[in-house]
Amino acid sequence: MISLAGRDILHSWSKFVLTGLGLGLLIGATLTMAGVYRGMVDDAEVLLQNSGADLWVVQKDTLGPYAEPSSLPDDLYRGILALPGVAQAANVTYLTMQVRKGDTDVRAMVVGFKPGQPGAPGFLTSGRQITRSHYEAVADQMTRFKVGDRIRIRRQDYTVVGITRRMVSSGGDPMVFIPLKDAQEAQFLKDNDAIVAGRARNAANPALNRPGVPGLLDAINASQTSNHSVNAVLVKVAEGQDPTTVAQTIRRWKHLQAYDRKEMEDILIAKLIATAAKQIGMFLAILAIVSAAIVAFIIYTLTLGKIREIAVLKLIGTQNRTIASMILQQALGLGVIGFLVGKVAATLWAPAFPKYVLLLPGDAVWGFIIMMAVCALASTVAIRAALNVDPATAIGG
Amino acid sequence: MDQGPGQGQGQGIRIEGLWKRYGEGDAAVDALKGVDMTVAPGEVVGLIGPSGSGKTTLLKCLGAVIEPTRGRMILGGEVIYDAGWKIKDLRTLRRDRIGFVFQAPYLIPFLDVTDNVALLPMLAGHPNDQARERARELLQAMDVSHRAQAEPSTLSGGEQQRVAIARALANRPPVILADEPTAPLDSERALTVMRILHDMAHQYQTAIIVVTHDEKIIPTFKRIYRIRDGQTFEEAGEGREIA
Repeated sequence: MISLAGRDILHSWSKFVLTGLGLGLLIGATLTMAGVYRGMVDDAEVLLQNSGADLWVVQKDTLGPYAEPSSLPDDLYRGILALPGVAQAANVTYLTMQVRKGDTDVRAMVVGFKPGQPGAPGFLTSGRQITRSHYEAVADQMTRFKVGDRIRIRRQDYTVVGITRRMVSSGGDPMVFIPLKDAQEAQFLKDNDAIVAGRARNAANPALNRPGVPGLLDAINASQTSNHSVNAVLVKVAEGQDPTTVAQTIRRWKHLQAYDRKEMEDILIAKLIATAAKQIGMFLAILAIVSAAIVAFIIYTLTLGKIREIAVLKLIGTQNRTIASMILQQALGLGVIGFLVGKVAATLWAPAFPKYVLLLPGDAVWGFIIMMAVCALASTVAIRAALNVDPATAIGG
Repeated sequence: MDQGPGQGQGQGIRIEGLWKRYGEGDAAVDALKGVDMTVAPGEVVGLIGPSGSGKTTLLKCLGAVIEPTRGRMILGGEVIYDAGWKIKDLRTLRRDRIGFVFQAPYLIPFLDVTDNVALLPMLAGHPNDQARERARELLQAMDVSHRAQAEPSTLSGGEQQRVAIARALANRPPVILADEPTAPLDSERALTVMRILHDMAHQYQTAIIVVTHDEKIIPTFKRIYRIRDGQTFEEAGEGREIA
């Protein structure tokens, strides 16, 4: 038996291809949405992986440093370093801000770190690591900075000496790594006008400017223009040590919050990305419904256009299952065309997205299965219409 | 190739006292009131009557598309209706034992001419190559074999109607029902179609009933049934030879 559906598709190929193209772009958008979610999860995992840390020590009762603000004294790491099982401990700061390059600026997460310690960029695609104590930077390639570029962070200029990749914040902002001291200054240092106004305010305050205590006002002013805070201490545990046990020790003796990698993943993925994931889930559901509606409408319209032929087919003895199979195959054919177009489209446009889009083969397989199910479901409307056609209409009268 | 399901049932069609009532109670309308008709194998008869006389209803009953109210129908020697259908699967009955030719050819636009004709044998379970071989024979007989690979939309009206007749004959049914088959054709083509119907009826021993208003083809029938107010009246036709 010949394939009636196949013949009809070949006969009206332009109609099917154009419809498939439109449907394919929709499927491409659906696959991309899934890829955006996968990219967010992957970014989070890579962020943790590339930090080189086993534990994240942050201010007590906070989910810092990525999900909540956290502030710790910058000498705290010495005490942590002395705990059993700790191999390395290093201060880090994180601050999302605008980084200027010439007349343009880029939103980036500025990371302050100590070279060679946990928190440093894991690998470089070009250039070198930071070797000087000040005013050098390593930037993620998404910033579009190049080695040798001069960038401005707050009041200081930095030279980009290295480029890294896949180092983005949980919000998708690319990271710019600078020396810790510079980052502390950038995070807390006020501009000159604010410093002058602050000093005047202190001088006018009788409690801070006591005539009988010379040097008090200068000491207070000095303390307000320097900063000794960091956002987190990244810890690498010694070989053979259990990070969970070390984290418990830190929590118990230092009265700080310490997260191991699993807990930090939960924070990033389950808490930080959860709302975005729900948002994307809603989009996926809506796109699936819209796809189903489009397929149903197209197949129904195509079927209505063949009502007379269907009546003739029924009159000359074609069984219902043959007619239903023809319509179902056409719907599935449309789905296959749409899926292929969508997969190619998503693959082509994914790299152009500002945030990382990760297209997993497994998601594509599931997308294909769901698309086929949606097409099969959508074809039922047209199949019902076809099966309700009275063969007597072919005779007329 | 196998001669098809309808082959060998060459006893034409006979209907006895066929009634068809639409509606019930006061709204009931008797479209057919005890119609009798016999068409022998190899015979082509005309069914003529004004609008609303019951022609289409009779055709639908004969085609097993609607169920008569009472009466008897014998097709190819087998009783198919006697106060109720005697055959369960009416679609298979239509596919294998009744050929249809419509006013418009209604060819399947996405199949080429050969597959339009071969479709019925294929639906009946014949292998594709055998069905196509059968189709080619019929197209040859209809003198449209040169358009075997063409799409129906590229054929002239006369060619399309000849392909439709070939399709109707594809399963060698004992009876063909033709509903105004020459209506859209000019005189020459209409007479050509009628000649083909007569030839095919003779060649395949098929009983053919032609519903028509077409004055130019009425003289070609040897026997005519006039239908008026749901009743048929048999009369002799001219039986004029078609050149």
